[in-house]
Amino acid sequence: MTEQVKESRFKLPTSALRAYTMIAALALIWMFFHYATAQNTPAFSDIGSHLGNFFSFEWIREGIFLSSRNLSNLMLQTSVTGIIAVGMLMVIVAGQIDLSVGSVLGFAGAVAAIALTSWEFGLPAALLAAIIIGAFIGLAQGALTAYLNIPAFIVTLGGLLAWRGAVKAITKSETIPIADPIFKSIGQSYIAPQLGWILAGAGVLFVLAVAFRRAQTQKTYELGEVNYAGEMLKALPSVAAILIFIYVMNSYAGIPIPVLIFLAVALLGVFITNFTTFGRYLYAIGGNADAARLSGINNKLNILKVFVLLGALTGLASLIFTARVGSASPDAGTLKELDAIAACVIGGASLVGGRGTIFGACLGALIMASLDNGMSLLNVRDFMQDIIKGLILVAAVGLDMFGKKSS
Amino acid sequence: MTPILEMRSIVKEFPGVKALDGVTFDLFAGEFHALVGENGAGKSTLMKILSGVYPYGTYGGDIIVEGGVRHFKTVRDAESAGIAIIFQELSLIKELTVAENIFLGREPSKFGVINWLELYTKAGKLLKDLNLPINPKTPVGNLGVGSQQLVEIAKALSQNARILVLDEPTAALTEAEVETLFGILRDLKDRGVGMIYISHKLGEVFEMSDRITVLRDGRTVGTNEAKDLSVAKVIALMVGREVGDIFPLSRHEFGETVLEIKNLTAFEAETNKKLVDNVSFNVRKGEVLGISGLMGAGRSELLMAIFGAHPGRATGEISVEGKRVSISNPSEAIKNGIGFVTEDRKRFGLILEQTILDNMTLAGLKQISGAFVTHRARESVAARKSMTDLHVKAGSPLTVAGTLSGGNQQKVVLGKWLLTNPKVLFLDEPTRGIDVGAKQEIYANINELAKQGLAIVMVSSELPEVIGLSDRILVLHEGKLTGEFTRTEATPERVMAAATGNN
Repeated sequence: MTEQVKESRFKLPTSALRAYTMIAALALIWMFFHYATAQNTPAFSDIGSHLGNFFSFEWIREGIFLSSRNLSNLMLQTSVTGIIAVGMLMVIVAGQIDLSVGSVLGFAGAVAAIALTSWEFGLPAALLAAIIIGAFIGLAQGALTAYLNIPAFIVTLGGLLAWRGAVKAITKSETIPIADPIFKSIGQSYIAPQLGWILAGAGVLFVLAVAFRRAQTQKTYELGEVNYAGEMLKALPSVAAILIFIYVMNSYAGIPIPVLIFLAVALLGVFITNFTTFGRYLYAIGGNADAARLSGINNKLNILKVFVLLGALTGLASLIFTARVGSASPDAGTLKELDAIAACVIGGASLVGGRGTIFGACLGALIMASLDNGMSLLNVRDFMQDIIKGLILVAAVGLDMFGKKSS
Repeated sequence: MTPILEMRSIVKEFPGVKALDGVTFDLFAGEFHALVGENGAGKSTLMKILSGVYPYGTYGGDIIVEGGVRHFKTVRDAESAGIAIIFQELSLIKELTVAENIFLGREPSKFGVINWLELYTKAGKLLKDLNLPINPKTPVGNLGVGSQQLVEIAKALSQNARILVLDEPTAALTEAEVETLFGILRDLKDRGVGMIYISHKLGEVFEMSDRITVLRDGRTVGTNEAKDLSVAKVIALMVGREVGDIFPLSRHEFGETVLEIKNLTAFEAETNKKLVDNVSFNVRKGEVLGISGLMGAGRSELLMAIFGAHPGRATGEISVEGKRVSISNPSEAIKNGIGFVTEDRKRFGLILEQTILDNMTLAGLKQISGAFVTHRARESVAARKSMTDLHVKAGSPLTVAGTLSGGNQQKVVLGKWLLTNPKVLFLDEPTRGIDVGAKQEIYANINELAKQGLAIVMVSSELPEVIGLSDRILVLHEGKLTGEFTRTEATPERVMAAATGNN
């Protein structure tokens, strides 16, 4: 018994190990792009001159990728996929899949645009309409999956086709421009730097309060030694991350509104998956549906709920997407489902269900966006971008499986 | 005459359990040799060794076929040595035709192109030789279970099997189908095929067998000519072990009735066959009620039906503490104070990749933690207490359940249900696949819980366990209640007789 205790002290839990690996991978990708986007960097074929160039360290100053402007842009690019990935992660954890989110995003965005321009709904109602449409589609597809036992893959593959058709129908295959400045601001404006710092302060206080409370609960419930200093120390990286993040965003134009919404959604996702019975049930259903059912969990209802949640989040993402582009187009959101699923999978989620974290999915979304952004900066040809992204997705999962086997 | 098959001093160990301990068995050409024993006596394990499912090197002892020692590394090796097994669960592919199934993996072909004409002609001839009125082009799924069994036999013979193992072949057959099967088996006997026949149906065993071997606890108890034995003698040999003192003796005071079941009938979902047939019973506070019976007698289905988890239709009355309740799903059962430690903990009990803590608090999550927002600290306290009470050996509540030993896994499942504060606890095969030491600890847990006033209903295939632990024993046979014994009345012979429908 003592042996086991010892072992657990020195061995990182696999989930934490995976998180560190991913952060390291992201750092490498960022460094690579930053180096490659510096002005003096020689052509790639010129292998001999890279060594000296690298150690001159001029690229650190000259690189474009890690400039505050580009990082702000990168976060913007992450937010739409990120919001959907948060919902998708929960669906995948429950052992399900949703292939329709790209088409639903297009449809919900088009509904909002048309509601605003043609039906004269007024802005709040038009925005709400997109979210409700998304939730309603989730309800319908979730019900077919959970209660009629049609596999989610089939239901949402049908949805992928049908909702794309619906977008083309209501837009008459034409782009609908958005004129409303408030709507556009959802996708295009920034929070004033002062407000950003206030938010940062609130964030830091929140992180510290959580750490303090954790220590206090440990005392109340006598779960091991109480260590206030230790808990605070563990909160330090989070505090640093918040401050650096706000500083970088403020050095450009402040936090973009979509990024703020994405962060709020991610926090909500973390809360649901870690601190609610609903979240726990999703992991249980995905981990062992029979055991979950026999433990009194209503598998069908919970699966229905998670599809509704993803639908609503897709509706929300459609608003940002439409506002950023400034119009609703018939092909809006094409292939977004694959980005979201890839983000979850790169983030360590298992398509069989039962495994995956919101943090991982968000990091996965950031990695995908970094590849897009970096390769665009390097003027990598479009087709090469797709090929490289595809290879990286397969390689990431391959490495994960390899790691699991050998451990 | 030398036997075509000899198995000498076969030993097979699983982690913590010795499944076979020096079993010796032989078979002559043209002989019908029955292999009988309780569930878990080692019959299936022995046959899995013979058929190469457990490859050479994972067991001790020798397999000698027609005078030569054989090392089967795969099922194919055993097949090519002329050994074919027809398992309890049929291994045919329902979507493929009879002929395709018979030649599966051995299709007559050239360069990977199948010669369909040859395949169907050969299959047709084979079926004709066996006098089977089956069209080789029929999809197997369209045939009844009986005919499917015969197709399995045809498949075995197409591989020139000289040793045929039949594992409970008549379990799902009608009487007419059984007669057809026996006709074919007699015919095979005349052709010199040696047959090993595993069955709980002692009537059939005596009708067909030349010799009978009884296994008990992984050992050969005896091999005798069938004509020298009787049903009673065989039962005595099957159960003849001492009910040892691994069962901590405890006397419970019984309180009022906690659970009462009246006229419960449960149907199979697809066929509407009665799996549980009009069963009534009750269990009192502090009482351990054992439910005995052979595999397929409807024991698990009975508990599942009460718990609201039976997939088919179920009728009957359930009362908890004197009040009629209606239970249509597990959640309602839990609300009414019923807990259920299901059989097969890996499949139905645990989420193997999650921690002890997550598993233990799953069923009672809303009571322990909160209706919507969870409270990890409260969960942790509950799980820790449960681990201490049940003596779960693990580093911490955050140990992943899949890494625990069988006994500790079972305790985690037990803990999960105790954390729902049940009034009555169902245990289905609570000690299957765990070693003797851990068994004893589970027994102690069960006794302790009964002493604290919990009503316990325990299904077990292990006769000594049922007899050693229960205050009262119900016996099911083919879905019907065929016996009820108090602790003092229950003897292995009486229980086994009721379980085989021979009382």
